[in-house]
Amino acid sequence: MNHSKRKSFGMSLFILFILIPIYWLLNMSFKHNEEILGGLSLWPQDFTFDNYITIFTDPSWYMGYVNSMTYVAMNMVITLLVALPAAYAFSRYKFVGDKHLFFWLLSNRMAPPAVFLLPFFQLYSSVGLFDTHIAVALAHCLFSVPLAVWILEGFMSGVPREIDETAYIDGYSFPRFFIRIFIPMISSGIGVTAFFSFMFSWVELLLARTLTSVEAKPIAAIMTRTVTASGIDWGVLAAAGVLTIIPGVLVVYFVRNHVAKGFALGRV
Amino acid sequence: MNKVENNKAWWLVLPVFLLVAFSAVVPLMTVVNYSVQDIFDANTAVFVGVEWYREVLQDSRLQDSLVRQFIYSFAVLLIEVPLGIAVALMMPTKGRMASLCLILLAIPLLIPLNVVGTIWQIFGRADIGLFGWALNSIGIDYNYASNTADAWVTVVLMDVWHWTSLVALLCYSGLRAIPDAFYQAAHIDRASNWAIFRYIQLPRLKSVLVIGILLRFMDSFMIYTEPFVLTGGGPGNSTTFLSQTLTKMAIGQFDLGPAAAFSLIYFLIVLLVSWLFFTTITHMDKDK
Amino acid sequence: MSEIHLKALAHSYSKTPTGPEDYAIREMDHVWEQGGAYALLGPSGCGKSTLLNIISGLLTPSDGDVLFDGKDVKHLPPQDRNIAQVFQFPVIYDSMTVFENLAFPLRNMNVAEAKVQTKVHEIAEILELHPVLNKKAKNLTADEKQKVSMGRGLVRDDVSAILFDEPLTVIDPQLKWKLRRKLKQIHEQFNITMVYVTHDQLEASTFADKIAVMYGGQIVQFGTPRDLFENPNHTFVGYFIGSPGMNLIDVKPVAGGVAFDGIQVPLSDELNKILSEVPYNSIKIGIRPEFVHVWDKATEDAYECDVLHMEDLGTYKILTLKLGGQDIKVRLGEDHDVPVNKAYVSFPEQWLKLYVDDYLVEEPSVEDQVVEEAHA
Repeated sequence: MNHSKRKSFGMSLFILFILIPIYWLLNMSFKHNEEILGGLSLWPQDFTFDNYITIFTDPSWYMGYVNSMTYVAMNMVITLLVALPAAYAFSRYKFVGDKHLFFWLLSNRMAPPAVFLLPFFQLYSSVGLFDTHIAVALAHCLFSVPLAVWILEGFMSGVPREIDETAYIDGYSFPRFFIRIFIPMISSGIGVTAFFSFMFSWVELLLARTLTSVEAKPIAAIMTRTVTASGIDWGVLAAAGVLTIIPGVLVVYFVRNHVAKGFALGRV
Repeated sequence: MNKVENNKAWWLVLPVFLLVAFSAVVPLMTVVNYSVQDIFDANTAVFVGVEWYREVLQDSRLQDSLVRQFIYSFAVLLIEVPLGIAVALMMPTKGRMASLCLILLAIPLLIPLNVVGTIWQIFGRADIGLFGWALNSIGIDYNYASNTADAWVTVVLMDVWHWTSLVALLCYSGLRAIPDAFYQAAHIDRASNWAIFRYIQLPRLKSVLVIGILLRFMDSFMIYTEPFVLTGGGPGNSTTFLSQTLTKMAIGQFDLGPAAAFSLIYFLIVLLVSWLFFTTITHMDKDK
Repeated sequence: MSEIHLKALAHSYSKTPTGPEDYAIREMDHVWEQGGAYALLGPSGCGKSTLLNIISGLLTPSDGDVLFDGKDVKHLPPQDRNIAQVFQFPVIYDSMTVFENLAFPLRNMNVAEAKVQTKVHEIAEILELHPVLNKKAKNLTADEKQKVSMGRGLVRDDVSAILFDEPLTVIDPQLKWKLRRKLKQIHEQFNITMVYVTHDQLEASTFADKIAVMYGGQIVQFGTPRDLFENPNHTFVGYFIGSPGMNLIDVKPVAGGVAFDGIQVPLSDELNKILSEVPYNSIKIGIRPEFVHVWDKATEDAYECDVLHMEDLGTYKILTLKLGGQDIKVRLGEDHDVPVNKAYVSFPEQWLKLYVDDYLVEEPSVEDQVVEEAHA
């Protein structure tokens, strides 16, 4: 079975390519700055948690994580709450302007965030939402909602109409049918939608940084302060970076069983 | 599926409509407004028509970064799509190894963009980074901060590292949707591995690939944070892409009019290319 | 050409099977003769698809051998076995035309293009695919697709057996019989062994000369449709074939016969003798609803039953009777009088079957006795 050996060899190479840069960051996060700058070592010679302790004992550091997670969670909840009914409407009904609305929604996903920087800043300042979590969550919704509607619509179209009708005949009310029967049937779609919402909101920095200053400042923006006049605090920077990877790993772990089905986005 | 005509469905889409309208329409109007006026202060603005558009279209900085942007997007697509398909084909199909591979593959997708930049900023440095150090120690004079070619290689490599997984996961999912019978029939028909790929796997990957290519095109075309952290757009302007040029113009120099005009042109280019790509693909489908 | 011999074959999906329940295929010996039209009939999960995949080479059996014309092909992959397979869901190459689909196996074997042309046209003619030959295969109807997948087997000169895995599942009912006739016609035209897996007894009996009934990983009976109907040698065959299936009643041996719920059923001396000699876990008698005799009035041999239920199915009627504690189904011709409240039935000896541990026990026939005596 030469063929399958070649396959696993290729796969291992690619996984290594993915992991080595991450390992390097992890490696660095357990070193003192003297060791980092003193020369290359493949693993920490003088293992230390100091960099992590710095982060976990300083509220101005760890609140960054809390802020990021708060607006990411808000974004995911809002996205799913509004996208589910909309996707259901698009998959089941014809209505005035449905096609135009759908394409208009999708076109928003194609807008470069940089385009909206200034207008967003002015908009949210004028309604008094500047530097709040909800401002960032709403801004991110502009990009996560269109994709969510589109993904969910694909999954919902794959569920036969008869299911809806049978449920009505069995005496289910619409909300009960939707929550008890319909949602479980598209769980892979919801998993992957949550994944994409998380992906956009957690990794985005440009908008999140522009719309916040102190109260809701995301961790990614706080990281820039490791750069000081006396140089870069590499150890703390690496530790902060490692900590931003962990939530992502948890999210993938939870949706891993939906990936095979979910990433086809209901369109295979 | 036959859809039922029902305008009450508008109630279901209303929340999305309001939310997106609030976040999109008002800002977009602001941008349009800026793009046709010259603003001196809060109370003084003069209508200038298409003046800013003319200025922006003639601006060589913009033209250069547009060219760089296209080269960059095509370079990453050209690498990530074939590589992503290859990775998907190499993935184990079931069991713990499959789950593990999925999780590992997805990790880069969920790392904040500036951390991605930071990872490669460190990784590529000759003094503290494994990659830079390794290249230099085998005699390659590599320095992404001072050499344009090195900077490009690093920026593209970073994108490949960051995003190939997305294409791979989409394709993996597409491959899993192919029933075993297709492979069995192909074996009985004595198809070679290449023929299996060409006539069974590739045709069935088409829909996920269209999605993957569109997403990758859009996102690579809007890229900002990663190269900004890694190279700061340098050396010189050699890795300054459109978003960075735009933010520099809008926030750095506060040239609101030209920045707004530029924004709209930028948006239109993404829309146009996506639309062209999408219609070509769907058209090809119908002809056959 | 190909005779398929399954020799001491068994298969388990588990690597360390501990008992017979771990086997999807229990040890069997079986021969499919060259050129026959066979059906492999059984309920889902009985192992029929597993068996088919073992024959085609998609699965390697854990025990025993697969011989094609005496040659062991157990470890050969499907492409080296001179077989073709038609799957439950039509497998076609979407991006190709019908012509390219049919030419695909030949081109993979580097057959000269001129030969490819003649061969494909010839097969397309037979399968009536000519009108759609240049259409994209993905735009075909399900039955056309199924014909294309069969055609890919027929174009190859080296194919000596075609295996069908429930090929009519996705075909519209009114087209099913057409396609089945086409299969039959092709079988007559080509000297090809065909094995047809199905769970539908009607499909099996219209297609096949001989049917192998599978149950619990074993072939419990192999015979003509008529054999299976008249002489089921396992209770499962009795139950599975026929509509409704055979009446099967648990009984206990008594002097001169067997009995249930206080009702005596006499048996021949021969059978009584066998019954007294063999060890058993269960004894059942079986009689097909078609063969239960319904009398107009009480007679000496007849049992009195309550009429529970009558179903009129147009050309015949199904009567459900209560005899002792047992429900008995009876199939009556449409012109037969339907008894009300009470019915009187008898079980003609010729059609009354006796099963010990679910296997048929028969009086040794005259020829058998002659043979036995000769051996003695």
